[in-house]
Amino acid sequence: MSVQFAGMTVEAVLGRWPFVEQFLAERGLAGVLDEPQADLEAVLPEQALIDLGAFVAEMEAFLGAGSQEVRELTIRGGRAKDGSPEPLAELTVRVGEVICIVGPTGSGKSRLLGDIEWVARGDTPTGRHVLINGEVPGDEWRFGSGPRLVAQLSQNMNFVMDLSVREFLTLHAESRQASEPAEKIERIWSWANELAGEPFAMDTPVTSLSGGQSRALMIADTAVLSASPVVLIDEIENAGIDRRQALDILVRQEKIVLMATHDPILALMGDRRVVIAGGAMQKVIEPSAQERANLDELKALDARLMELRRRLRAGERLDVI
Amino acid sequence: MRFVTVSGPPAVGKTAVIIKTLEHLQREGRKVGVVKFDCLATEDDALYRKQGIAVRKGLAGALCPDHYFVSNVEECVQWGLAEGLDVLVSESAGLCNRCSPHIREVLAVCVIDNLSGTDAPRKIGPMLKAADVVVITKGDIVSQAEREVFAARVRMVNPKAAIMHVNGITGQGSFELGTLWRGTTETATVEGLRLRFSMPAALCSYCLGETRIGADYQMGNVRKMDLELPTGAKTDGGPGAATDREDRT
Ligand SMILES: Nc1nc2c(ncn2[C@@H]2O[C@H](COP(=O)(O)OP(=O)(O)OP(=O)(O)O)[C@@H](O)[C@H]2O)c(=O)[nH]1
Ligand SMILES: [Mg+2]
Ligand SMILES: [Zn+2]
Ligand SMILES: [Zn+2]
Repeated sequence: MSVQFAGMTVEAVLGRWPFVEQFLAERGLAGVLDEPQADLEAVLPEQALIDLGAFVAEMEAFLGAGSQEVRELTIRGGRAKDGSPEPLAELTVRVGEVICIVGPTGSGKSRLLGDIEWVARGDTPTGRHVLINGEVPGDEWRFGSGPRLVAQLSQNMNFVMDLSVREFLTLHAESRQASEPAEKIERIWSWANELAGEPFAMDTPVTSLSGGQSRALMIADTAVLSASPVVLIDEIENAGIDRRQALDILVRQEKIVLMATHDPILALMGDRRVVIAGGAMQKVIEPSAQERANLDELKALDARLMELRRRLRAGERLDVI
Repeated sequence: MRFVTVSGPPAVGKTAVIIKTLEHLQREGRKVGVVKFDCLATEDDALYRKQGIAVRKGLAGALCPDHYFVSNVEECVQWGLAEGLDVLVSESAGLCNRCSPHIREVLAVCVIDNLSGTDAPRKIGPMLKAADVVVITKGDIVSQAEREVFAARVRMVNPKAAIMHVNGITGQGSFELGTLWRGTTETATVEGLRLRFSMPAALCSYCLGETRIGADYQMGNVRKMDLELPTGAKTDGGPGAATDREDRT
């Protein structure tokens, strides 16, 4: 696989693939940049042209330019830890759905997520198969230079880069070669502010955001800039973030949302929930009308607890609750 | 025997990843071993032994650990064969960013962590550039965006490698890495094979650009590990190869 540059000027090539600049610099060919109007093929040595063509093709694949659209995932059951056939023989999840995964620690939730990430072909300890749009996918999701299938958001994740929110989002947009980066950066920032409730500025360092703000920024950023079609969330803490809206943002961006949670409110927000035990998917539960109605009561309970926490923090007594 | 060279900057999680990955291969009934190369000291051998992994260590002292590695790698392969290993892994602390232990035709893995900063992939040099597989660790503590930016930087430096995300603590991704290790081609000897990159700085023949492996090509400041090879195992201790008692484990 290779990209041809026939008839393209140096400027045009750089405009289309800005990362070419680093390629040239690393090979001591930065001099080419001084002639923006020259035909690239005329000014680059032949071997460098061949290498650059291959490099641009790899980068395009990595950036997801040619990656296939994922509409649904099908998980074909394998076997439980004791070797018996997996009770839930098949599960199909579609873009825009929120699927909760429930089950005790050690029940096999991580392996299920691992099977999805690795697009299992009966070659993992569970013997499961994962299909994309109903078909057996090729190796590109495993080793290809394109995006991974699954993006992950978890409580333990923190920002470690010493950058402001704007610089951070710009860096991410650049590394993804996103189109209309300015619009995307604004959108992520404003969505994150809506989610977080307590607003933050574009020039705030990402490392000094509060827990809720960080989570909000991670969710909005993953929704808009990540190329992975599946988003795996391991709980979303209740404090400082609108969880319903967080899920809506991801769903609106055509993600398949998988959520490992023990929180009844989150579990009832899902479209369906899969029960895992003994290393196997046991069954799928769709929330009933009664469950959905209970969601309101749970939210009221939750709000009361939140209020008690607030009072505790404010130094009040809880004699009367 | 399958032979895999693993390199990477200090404390990125090489040992953690190797242990988690070998665990899967052990569970399948394979016999596994590790040779750890470091500069002055390492506790890694104890960690491996605790997991039932055969282990030898070599301390390079004042030498570049990669130079030391290449002077000893053939003997390590013979040790692995004599031990009857199905999979032998070398772990080298990539302390010298100009060198890399990767050998042509031997599966080369570079481990690097998400915390090392976006410039790290560019600075790490040959051990990343020449790897077949790049393992990125510590994704559990940074954001998705940082993982994507970091992977993109790795991709810029090495467009061909398979990039794998492995968590050294939970082992997430290690089963998948193991499939590559057990699927690599057999190595019976590395004698006559070549390094992927020649090593600069002049101390031994390899410093002077030698890339062929074997006693015939080793000159100058060459120190040999004592691997306690059973009699009959093929050794390569040519003339001038001093035995280094400190390296006994
Ligand atoms: N959070 C997190 N910590 C990790 C991960 N992988 C390794 N660690 C931790 O990082 C530290 C260093 O891991 P090691 O496996 O000893 O690193 P190493 O590269 O072998 O280190 P040297 O051999 O000394 O160069 C340990 O405390 C590990 O528990 C990971 O994926 N996530
Ligand atoms: Mg180690
Ligand atoms: Zn060196
Ligand atoms: Zn040397």
